Amino acid sequence: MHITEILFWILTALALFSALMVVSSDNPVHSVLWLILVFMAITGHYILMNAQFLAIVNMIVYAGAIMVLFLFVIMFMNLNKDSEPQKSVWLRLAAVVSGGSLLLILVAALKDNGGYINSMKGEGSIGLIKNLGNTLFTEYVVPFEISSILFLSAMVGAVVLGKKESSTPAA
Amino acid sequence: MEMLAIDLSLGLEKLLLIGGIISFSLLVAMYTTYGERKIAAWMQDRRGPNRAGPFGLLQPAADGLKLFFKEEIIPLTSNRMLFVLGPALAMITAMLTSAVIPWGPTIEVFGRQVSLQIADVNIGILYIFGVVSMGVYGIMIGGWASNNKFSLMAAVRGASQIISYELAMGLSLIALLMLTGTLSLKSIVAQQMTGGWNIIYQPLGFLIFLICVFAECNRTPFDLPEAENELNFGYHQEYSSMKLGLYLFAEYVNMFISSAVVATLFFGGYDIPFVDEASLAANIGVNATAALGFAALFSKILFFLFLFIWVRWTIPRFRYDQLMDLGWKKLIPLALANMLITAVVVLWLNK
Amino acid sequence: MATLTNRAKVLEQKPMSFMERLYLPAILKGMGITLKHMFQKKATIHYPEEKRPFSPVFRGLHVLNRDEEGRENCTACGLCAVACPAEAITMEAAERLPNEEHLYREEKYAAKYEINMLRCIFCGLCEEACPKDAIYLSETFAPSNFTRKGFIYSKDELLIPNPVTNKESFEAAKGQREQQLKNK
Repeated sequence: MHITEILFWILTALALFSALMVVSSDNPVHSVLWLILVFMAITGHYILMNAQFLAIVNMIVYAGAIMVLFLFVIMFMNLNKDSEPQKSVWLRLAAVVSGGSLLLILVAALKDNGGYINSMKGEGSIGLIKNLGNTLFTEYVVPFEISSILFLSAMVGAVVLGKKESSTPAA
Repeated sequence: MEMLAIDLSLGLEKLLLIGGIISFSLLVAMYTTYGERKIAAWMQDRRGPNRAGPFGLLQPAADGLKLFFKEEIIPLTSNRMLFVLGPALAMITAMLTSAVIPWGPTIEVFGRQVSLQIADVNIGILYIFGVVSMGVYGIMIGGWASNNKFSLMAAVRGASQIISYELAMGLSLIALLMLTGTLSLKSIVAQQMTGGWNIIYQPLGFLIFLICVFAECNRTPFDLPEAENELNFGYHQEYSSMKLGLYLFAEYVNMFISSAVVATLFFGGYDIPFVDEASLAANIGVNATAALGFAALFSKILFFLFLFIWVRWTIPRFRYDQLMDLGWKKLIPLALANMLITAVVVLWLNK
Repeated sequence: MATLTNRAKVLEQKPMSFMERLYLPAILKGMGITLKHMFQKKATIHYPEEKRPFSPVFRGLHVLNRDEEGRENCTACGLCAVACPAEAITMEAAERLPNEEHLYREEKYAAKYEINMLRCIFCGLCEEACPKDAIYLSETFAPSNFTRKGFIYSKDELLIPNPVTNKESFEAAKGQREQQLKNK
């Protein structure tokens, strides 16, 4: 077995196990920490695919920033088993159905694309920062800019929401 | 399996390098604690530790031994697993950054070209950011697992502080990256060897970066997570013995590595000032030049370590709102302006 | 509002100028000050190796004196105990036996002499009260101890070493103080 293959299987097992633990652990803080481990494993997968830039960005943005904010909020809320609200049976059923159908779609989508996945496993260089930058700013420049406007509007919205309304109107 | 066989000598070389760098940074961190106490004493007209060994040079060893022999207390209501994980994570992330720093030019050992850098990844700076953003988990997990309100408060403070200053840090570096056009630290050093140090081109960027480095290392004036007088030492309040030692030690390792990063990015890394390395290598040999280059880098690092300590014993701690004010309302706009100006100038010169 | 005195100063709070709001000049100035202090004379001395000179009026631990032949000066008259404002001194007198002339100078001596160092305020009134130059305050500090009992100094702890048999430690215990007082 090739060393990348060994690493691949280790990372896969880690990712799947941690993902299961995210769902099944009682303590929400533990769930977040397992989720961080999932992101770490995925970062490892990116590196195996020679997509170093994506790997690091995944680590900085998801594991380093978003998960910190998750943890931040959950630590403050002091959640435990007693305070967990009991959902009704129908709600649970609906959750199972919707989750199951998402899984079905994912499996269906990925089943036909076997060839594509295999091509990604090789020594591709699309994930390297130079190629990625070139592609983003030539081929996909319009969607890229539009998404940046989306982020900007989200940011402005957050500022507007967060700004306190002055109690006395300006005279 | 054949890949393993080919890389055996390379692996051995890297293993030696990793071991060397880790033990070296631990040693430097040890003596930074000594330097901290000594310099603090001098600045306050005292003498500092001078009993253990000549000039008190064995003091760090005595401190370390003391920490090891102390009773290990894990609070009953704490989360055992995470309580132990916290300091370990803090130390690991502090160490990980050293992997991409070029400690010197390539040397020759038994006819082999050995690079004094553990991994020359082409996204070196981003790697540092990634590891630094992981560093906050050491504080957060430790603070939360202690099951203590002060610790939790400190953990939350630490997390928000590090995230806020990471933004300004990244933005200040983007301007630098526009000039260098590469993310690899080795190429950045190589460029500075010929084209002059980056501090000349990016003084404002350097200032912002330096301030953010202080904040990322939780050093005064940004040491709010461990504020002694308000939070009782904050996130490591419940820790004892070597677990506390690891937290304190991680801070010094962080300082050392951050100094190395600042020296590499803005002060030419292992570049010896006013000397042409190529002709020097022709005269006195490659390895001697590498040793001199490492000495140059190390003296730059020592200067920044001194700066860390110097600032700590000069400036009082920020208030929390002042900290956020500085980060979001001053440093980020400044960094953005710096980035814009740099972009305009780069475009102008290219035309 | 009318002021009671004319000493009140009106504090002017001007908005900070741009240079002041930068803070960096002020920070650099502060760093200059700390750097200057690094090279200044240290206030601390290397204590056990290096000692500060005692002032001539320094009052340390008590010593029960002997004369040149090594005889105890104290006659147990009790004047020191009366003079003591803290009531730290207790003593019991005894009569000298015929064969003890080499031990005690006068025909009465203190069989028991105790000073409670926790009560003592080191005022030196006992020294002034003593007509026989038997007690005086030396240049030693009151050392630390683990128990309260340890601070009640008995006679053999207070007695100065014999000048005949142990001249050096006698001189050391006596210290510079008497010499300095004489010179004055």
